[in-house]
Amino acid sequence: DMGMNYLSLSIRDVSSLLKQKTISSLELCNAALKRQNAVAKLHPFITHTPDLARESALHSQKRYDRGEQNLPLDGIPVAVKDNFCTSGIPTTCGSVMLQNYIPTYSATVVRRLQKAGAVIVGKTNLDEFGMGSGTTDSTFGPSKNIYRSGVEYNFLHPSREYDNILSRIPSTALENGDWYVTGGSSGGSALAVASGTTFLALGSDTGGSVRNPSSYCGVVGLKPSYGLVSRFGLISLVNSLDVPGLFGRYVDDVATMLSVVSGLDPQDSTSVSSDLQNLKLPENPSLDGLIIGIPREYHWPGMSKEIVDEWTKVADLMEDSGAQVREVSMPHTQYSIICYSVLNPCEVASNFTRYTGVGYGHRVSASHSMEAMYAFTRSSGLNEVVKGRILAGNYFLLRENKSKYFKQALKVRRLISEDFSKVWASGVNLLLTPVTLSTAIRYSEFQNLDNRTQTATQDICTQAANMAGVPAVSIPVSLNTEGLPVSLQLIGQWGKDPA
Amino acid sequence: RSGRKMRHQLRLQTRLQNALLRHYNINSQYKPHLIRDYWEPVIGLEIHAQISSISKLFSRVGTRYGAPPNTQVGIFESAHPGTLPVLNKRCVEAGIKTALAFGATVNKISLFDRKHYFYPDLPAGYQITQLDYPLASNGRLEFIVLNSSLHKHPYRHSVDLLQLQLEEDSGKSIHDKDNNRVLVDLNRAGQPLMELVFAPGLRNGEEAAAMVKEVALILTRIGTCNGRMHEGALRVDANISVHRPDEPLGTRTEVKNLGSIGSLLKAVDYEIQRQIDILESGGNVTSETRSFDTHTQETISMRDKEVIQDYRFMPEPNLLPLRLHDSSEPNCQYDGSLDISKVRAKIPELPEATRQKLIRDYGLSLENAFLLASKDDLLDYFMAVMSNTKRSSKLVCNLLLNNLLEALNSINTDITNSPLSASAFGEIVDLQQSCRIVTNISQQVISAICIERDSRSPTQIVLDNNWLQLSNDVMEEIVEKILADNLELVEKYKKSKKKKLLNALMGKINKASDNRANMKIVNDVLLKKLSS
Repeated sequence: DMGMNYLSLSIRDVSSLLKQKTISSLELCNAALKRQNAVAKLHPFITHTPDLARESALHSQKRYDRGEQNLPLDGIPVAVKDNFCTSGIPTTCGSVMLQNYIPTYSATVVRRLQKAGAVIVGKTNLDEFGMGSGTTDSTFGPSKNIYRSGVEYNFLHPSREYDNILSRIPSTALENGDWYVTGGSSGGSALAVASGTTFLALGSDTGGSVRNPSSYCGVVGLKPSYGLVSRFGLISLVNSLDVPGLFGRYVDDVATMLSVVSGLDPQDSTSVSSDLQNLKLPENPSLDGLIIGIPREYHWPGMSKEIVDEWTKVADLMEDSGAQVREVSMPHTQYSIICYSVLNPCEVASNFTRYTGVGYGHRVSASHSMEAMYAFTRSSGLNEVVKGRILAGNYFLLRENKSKYFKQALKVRRLISEDFSKVWASGVNLLLTPVTLSTAIRYSEFQNLDNRTQTATQDICTQAANMAGVPAVSIPVSLNTEGLPVSLQLIGQWGKDPA
Repeated sequence: RSGRKMRHQLRLQTRLQNALLRHYNINSQYKPHLIRDYWEPVIGLEIHAQISSISKLFSRVGTRYGAPPNTQVGIFESAHPGTLPVLNKRCVEAGIKTALAFGATVNKISLFDRKHYFYPDLPAGYQITQLDYPLASNGRLEFIVLNSSLHKHPYRHSVDLLQLQLEEDSGKSIHDKDNNRVLVDLNRAGQPLMELVFAPGLRNGEEAAAMVKEVALILTRIGTCNGRMHEGALRVDANISVHRPDEPLGTRTEVKNLGSIGSLLKAVDYEIQRQIDILESGGNVTSETRSFDTHTQETISMRDKEVIQDYRFMPEPNLLPLRLHDSSEPNCQYDGSLDISKVRAKIPELPEATRQKLIRDYGLSLENAFLLASKDDLLDYFMAVMSNTKRSSKLVCNLLLNNLLEALNSINTDITNSPLSASAFGEIVDLQQSCRIVTNISQQVISAICIERDSRSPTQIVLDNNWLQLSNDVMEEIVEKILADNLELVEKYKKSKKKKLLNALMGKINKASDNRANMKIVNDVLLKKLSS
């Protein structure tokens, strides 16, 4: 199938084919939609938008026909996590509360993607309101990892020498209907990219929600610096930690996407101006002179051997390529989880007071009292995880508890952030760490844990970067013996995302 | 206890208190400790002033007053998911200007907080306000109390402004009880407000009323709020307690949302008496929120708010700290979005400065200065008349503040639309000041022009009606004739020297002169003739 082959190209390559009219935007879009149907049972999408996609593909095609070639993502199919508002398209957050909610406006990042010519093919699945790390807690059902799913997939690699190795890697479906989780909460977006339905996808990362699924699904997942990408239209989870995140199969594709979506947005007071419009990564990157820090605290108990091995291997590889690798200490990292489990509920409790069913969204009528209407609406519209966090957050914010929990957590957050500052001050340019303790977990195993424990173990390597607002990227580096992707994380200094 | 019965008791009590005050000769001086059962009321006001702004505090949506319901609403006001607040620079400027007008310190860094509570007219479930780090703090308001029960004469009083914070307004809930539903109008949601929190330094309703009048005057003068209480542009919450002097402050109640000066005055006085009543009968005042019923003129407990609210304040994470700088300061860092110094330069003369000027330059009484400075158009009129520096400011004030305003009042018009122009008014002043007409005639000319819409000039009216003041000779003739006609009365007066009898004679002379005699001169002439 030629369409499928085009879908596995890099944006640069497919763009030049579009420019040469080897393939049209509409053909590419149709190929993406066809692939969407082929992998539908893995459930990457909550809402498919084939008609809108074809319409924008047609516009794109007309631009190519007229010889306009200046849009960086013209005709490129992309997916959007279903917690970014899209005008006229349902935006559900994977929740009963918003299952019929159709926003009247689009998030800044969505508008910027559309302005750059991107073709939005659908809204992707997520844990309800982004609260989870498996994409198993969506009211529309879980997303399933493509690896070992039984759905046919090919490995991409530019050189043939790996064919021999790849042929020995298992790709058959698991027994007893079990499957691997995609990670989360942006599992749908990671899956959409990994399964080849889109080139790029938008996700959101509050404690690791982009990097975690990108690690499990074997794609590149970038959490940019806080403020670099506008949050306007991203439905808030934890405002001070939320960052729109980017998925792609190639690092260069993600860089192109970053250049499109980043930059000051007057509608988000916490956004900053940046000069990434013409961002292009070097053709032959060099590690000469770079100082790579290996934070010893990231070597968590329970970390799988293959992750540690890969971590060591890549560190050695970097050293061999001219980088200086040194061990560093970030002593407050261990408090990140506990700090997060206070800050997250507090902001959640506050952000979620708006879901009352009065103005929009799910509503359960109760004629006898307003309070009853609120109570019925909220108890039936939100899942147990969300309700639990609302309850905890309100508890932490009570007058008598505020300084003990909320203010204390803010202080700890500062210490975590200072760990990073100290490391950068010592000359380190990048940190190399694992993303997760292991490769993707089987659903049978994952469901035995409650959401809080899942999050606490899943976000252990990713959360600190959110606390400090620094950029972090998850990059797949190999496949393990079970045929699952192994990824590592690079963490940079604030605002130095291109590096 | 019924309201009527309570009011009756209050009246009795007030009468008793007044008697005590008179007994101890407490009039111009405040000596509460001399009375055994004296309760000292302590009142503090919180004033919400809507900022005059064409768009809302955190969005670009309009703020038109009186617009059809839910037409001044956008995605932010209705708390659609994913929306974020963007602070309106003009509103910050208005806040700074107001703070400076009250002599407050504008804080270089201020923060926004979320105050949570569930109510349908608050779609986000929280209000963005400022708590611990407000825009400004430590100001002071000096004002004049004109109609005082404590003092005979107008006096100055002052209250500290503790803090000024920016916050968003809520929408309005309309309770449709017939249909068992609540209707929500979000036009007001997100409107910019300044909350001015004042220290408890007032003693009665009159002081509270006088203070709010001054606040409204200052705000309208500097243009940051239109001061229209009936439109809800200015709303007052009053914290009220009573205690015995030398004892700690009593438990306070808060009377919310007072929407007129009259309500404020009555609510405060009512609440003071209610609390005194409770305490004197051995009870305890409950700390609670109350509202003022304008029909019964009583404060009533707002039962739904009796439960102690925990607003679960939290910093607003979507707004950065508001940073300001002051370029007039040495070593200014220029790291804020607005220059305090530039705003300071835009502040016009404040009412108190105007009063001082009127007192100093025109020798006006505090009362007249207060009245003139209370209305810009009245002041402009006065200044226009006084542009002829030979005119007596006292005479101008009397004719303007008594006669003209009364005439205008009777035809329901204001000074801006006065049928009598400032120059024609000046003509009347000149006629009287040069003793060509008497005060009564001035009054008649004003009435002729304002009420009867006489289009002739004042001089022409006087001449056509033959209203010129009588000459001294003619006057003397009239006086002599009246004395001759009333010999009995003259004799009685000469024996008793009773003023009443003198006034009777004066009245007869005035009548005989067709109101055209200068009664001051008549008085002199009459006394001279009677003593001879």
